[in-house]
Amino acid sequence: MAIKILSTGFYVPEKVITNDDLSKMVETSDEWIVQRVGIRERHVSVNETAADFAIKAAESALKKADVRPDEIDLIVAATISSDTVCPTVAGTVEQAIGASCPCFDINSACSGFIFALDTAAAFLQRGGIRHALVIGAERLSKLMDWNDRSTCVIFGDGAGAALIAPGENYLSSHLSTQGGSDVIKIPSYVGVSPFYEGVAEAPTIFMDGQETFKFAVNKIVNDIKYVVEQAGLTLDQIDHVVTHQANIRIIEFASKRLKIDIDKFFINIDKYGNTSAASVPIALSELEDSGRLKRGDTIVLSAFGGGLSSAACVVRY
Amino acid sequence: MTIEKVIKLIAEHLDMDESEITEDSTFEDLGIDSLDAVEIMMETEDEFGIEITPADAGKSVKELVEYIDSKLA
Repeated sequence: MAIKILSTGFYVPEKVITNDDLSKMVETSDEWIVQRVGIRERHVSVNETAADFAIKAAESALKKADVRPDEIDLIVAATISSDTVCPTVAGTVEQAIGASCPCFDINSACSGFIFALDTAAAFLQRGGIRHALVIGAERLSKLMDWNDRSTCVIFGDGAGAALIAPGENYLSSHLSTQGGSDVIKIPSYVGVSPFYEGVAEAPTIFMDGQETFKFAVNKIVNDIKYVVEQAGLTLDQIDHVVTHQANIRIIEFASKRLKIDIDKFFINIDKYGNTSAASVPIALSELEDSGRLKRGDTIVLSAFGGGLSSAACVVRY
Repeated sequence: MTIEKVIKLIAEHLDMDESEITEDSTFEDLGIDSLDAVEIMMETEDEFGIEITPADAGKSVKELVEYIDSKLA
């Protein structure tokens, strides 16, 4: 089907916040965070926006593939933390890199990158597009209650990008949404309308950890089994598993239930935390840079999160 | 018996010896944190074919066994 991935890139802001740094802000500890979540440090923005991260990730992907900005015919960015509603992150990238093409953002929370990839794949399938940039970019640090120890230790900032072109390496995909706000909710800024009588809620992340954990493990396991079968493959033919990096224990438990060796799962949550829509492309890009990924390898991508949403796909590199 | 199956399941999950777990063991005694609890509930669902949430499970092996038995009854 439709596409092949030519290259990837990623960027995280320079400032690193360690667990010890956080333990000076809220009642927590390095031991607790490492044991419960598997994060050692995360990067947070001081003065860059989600779009600034996206620009750097996109430039890195373009450079690796040696593709010029005027050869890009579509930019799709996944984000829940753009610093502007308009222009979009995708449009800001277009201007910065000197491209000229349709650009839009997608919100499907932590599953956003795979939703964006699937959307771009459908555009490429339609024809007339030489290259598309698919980006996940987040400045989640702006959506956190930094006094809430149950959430502020989990998230981080960054962006990842993939440059795609028509090809035959997108073997299968599956997207799902189970609408509701009980498990994960991030209210928007309520605005200043003199007519609106609704109650203002803090625009910060609420998450029911146990329910999220259960949803995540079930979705990773079921979605991966489904897309691998749809691709006409078996689980033992998968070379790499790149999941959304939300919690090391979600990945470990999913590995156990899928009976796929944990060594096949790419893990970088220890360095970046949960970067929502950016986590899958950052992980994919680090996997590409690690030298472990060979052309022809089969990769399954899987993500889950707010919405509640989930998405998975099988790609041949 | 439900109790034996539950003890076996928890022991395997926590990598403990079954003899270290009794009916009176509380989850806190066993060092089960909130995410272990979800994992054990998911394995309990598979083992017994029932739906269960961490809130249903109570705070001890005994309470979990009682809940499972009430669902199976």
